[in-house]
Amino acid sequence: MKSFVLSWRAPAGASPRAPALARPGLSDRTLSWLFVGPTVVLLLAFNIFPLLWTIWLSFTNYRANRPGAETLWLGLANYRRVLGDEAVWENMRTTAHFLCWSISLQLLLGFGLALMLNRRFRSHSFWSTAILLPMMLAPAVVGTFWKYFFEPQYGIFNRIVEFFGGGGFTMLGDTQLSPWAIVLVDTWMWTPYVMLLLLAGLRSIPPYLYEAAEIDRASEWTKFWRVTLPMVMPFIVLALLFRTIENFKMFDLVDQLTNGGPGSVTELASIHLKREAFEKWRTGHASALAIILFVSIYGLSLVAVRFLEKVKQR
Amino acid sequence: MSFRKSKTAIAAGVFATAALMSAGAQAQQKQLTLCWAAWDPANALVELSKDFTAKTGIQMKYEFVPWPNFAQRMLNELNSKGKLCDLLIGDSQWIGSAATEGHYLKLNEFFDKNNIKMADFMPATVLGYSEWPKHTPNYWALPAMGDAVAFTYRKDWFAKPELQAEFKQKYGRELAPPKTWDEFKQVGQFFQGRVIDGKKVYGAALYTERGSEGITMGVTNAMYGYGFEYENPKKPYDMKGWVNSASAVKGLKLYKDLYDCCTPPGHSNAYMTEDLDAYKSGQVAMQMNFIAFFPGIAKDPQVGGDKTGFFAIPKGDKQFAQLGGQGISVVKYSDKKEMALEYMKWFAQPTVQKKWWDSGGFTCLSSVLNAPGFDKSTPYAKVFLDSMKIVKDFWAEPTYAQLLLAMQNRVHDYVVAGRGTPQAALDALEKDWEEVFKEDGKLK
Repeated sequence: MKSFVLSWRAPAGASPRAPALARPGLSDRTLSWLFVGPTVVLLLAFNIFPLLWTIWLSFTNYRANRPGAETLWLGLANYRRVLGDEAVWENMRTTAHFLCWSISLQLLLGFGLALMLNRRFRSHSFWSTAILLPMMLAPAVVGTFWKYFFEPQYGIFNRIVEFFGGGGFTMLGDTQLSPWAIVLVDTWMWTPYVMLLLLAGLRSIPPYLYEAAEIDRASEWTKFWRVTLPMVMPFIVLALLFRTIENFKMFDLVDQLTNGGPGSVTELASIHLKREAFEKWRTGHASALAIILFVSIYGLSLVAVRFLEKVKQR
Repeated sequence: MSFRKSKTAIAAGVFATAALMSAGAQAQQKQLTLCWAAWDPANALVELSKDFTAKTGIQMKYEFVPWPNFAQRMLNELNSKGKLCDLLIGDSQWIGSAATEGHYLKLNEFFDKNNIKMADFMPATVLGYSEWPKHTPNYWALPAMGDAVAFTYRKDWFAKPELQAEFKQKYGRELAPPKTWDEFKQVGQFFQGRVIDGKKVYGAALYTERGSEGITMGVTNAMYGYGFEYENPKKPYDMKGWVNSASAVKGLKLYKDLYDCCTPPGHSNAYMTEDLDAYKSGQVAMQMNFIAFFPGIAKDPQVGGDKTGFFAIPKGDKQFAQLGGQGISVVKYSDKKEMALEYMKWFAQPTVQKKWWDSGGFTCLSSVLNAPGFDKSTPYAKVFLDSMKIVKDFWAEPTYAQLLLAMQNRVHDYVVAGRGTPQAALDALEKDWEEVFKEDGKLK
């Protein structure tokens, strides 16, 4: 250890500004490339190359299940077909419904829970942990057991509703109710995540701001509106961004819960994409759809990031 | 330990390891992997194949995949030219794609050399499981597991005197297994919501699954019965007026009526397993399912024995049943094709086919099926024989997956989600299929 320390000590009289010149062995630049290199290689191999490959495939008629067939260049035909497909637009509307409602509910409930847990009360730790449990489960598991909860003959969900005087419905078999079923389950699962983010935001607000507000005799509402909300806003936007990205590509939970049915009323864009790519094997067509979805998510994310920056600057 | 002793010990160790490794490699060499779906007949085949191992010394290894993942798992394996399976018992609809893409070994020469004649097998199974192109003598599989859709019913409920009397009063006939779709609907309605032995029960468990092939395997039984055709018999791929004919519309509408009137609540995404569950748990009076499940039902402690009867798909204007079942093929990418062919040669023998039937498999060999007393050999043998005479299969084109998913979507949208009309659903289906064939270059 001693020799190691000694070997890294700058020679006497050397300028403190240039210690690197005096180091033996690898330069800083080489070292930094050594550290970053593997990540860059992996990123190129597993992210950038597949993306470029998908872009190329989206202009062809390639089918992964018919590798021997001739691959033809189709230009923009796949894109035109995807954008002109009424089924795709219906999937987009379904996705938009799912996104809007699930994220609104998660923000609303998550914020409420965060405000509640921001105060100290008895069994605070227990409730904090209990609330976090749903988000610790795998989405496929959540989808599977909620499917049983919604089972009309023995499911607990219908039993509870019957207890309160409702009942006689089939949550997953009804075209009116099933879009709400996926919103409900997603909200159940991911509200704790939003709560966690917003709780971090609430805990980061300096107490002196509330003290100053109290000196000014501000009401509780004014404190919330003028101090809490603006200070938590970056975290809200962050939660919105994360949840939008996640829910736009939501697959496993809905696949297990409804598999896109009944009919196609819960067929989100991601499920449609999977069917095109790995069930119908229209690889070129599916690649075009994937690129369109990617651009949509990227666009939405850009808007959210811009908004986040604006909020931070205030 | 002395140096000499330790040297001897090391040498012995090395020798033992080498011997073990060589034995392992030899065992690997003399081993075949057979891929199929994970269900009762697969277990019967495991038992049967022990005879093959005893006779040839070739060990059998199995890769059984649950039905919901079977197609995707196996088609991925074939598309990636994988060597996992030496033998594959693949679905009838895969034959077009497997033959066109060269996934299966062509068997004509092998059949000729070993005196295996396709004329010895039930014609519907040869057409459905072995031939591509259809109606040509090009064979890619040996018919292995005959199957079709049929029904089970609760014989004990049907026999209840009070229900018999009530049914007769209401419909003017005996409460018996339905022979026509109209009778089926009446029986379904009769049982729907009725309390039997203190439990609320329902009419029938039908196929309604959306994700893979379920609702198509169900609805086609009703649609064939009223005249649905895939194409003009005289002009291939000419579908307008055949797929969406008035008679096809009638069949589709009937299936929706049955779904609405007679299935248990929440039965909106049900296929083989869900129907079995509904039946075995005593929820339904009648169950649609593949005949392959009938041996298991006949032996079931809750509903088996005298409690269950079997009947073939009812008649509409005509009578047809959806073909199930599979042929056994040799995967072209296997390194053990010779051994795999040896298995096939063994499996095709009449004595083995007889044992196959006796152990719970469904042979396609005519000599076994036409043997005296066959129809009385099990409670479901007659239904199997009758059903195999009226089978019809879905497209087996290389693009079958696209054709299937289009039908799944259109039919589920109408039957389960209740969107649109049957005519609109079939018009849209006909357009979808036209587009698929145009894309595939088979239509201009």
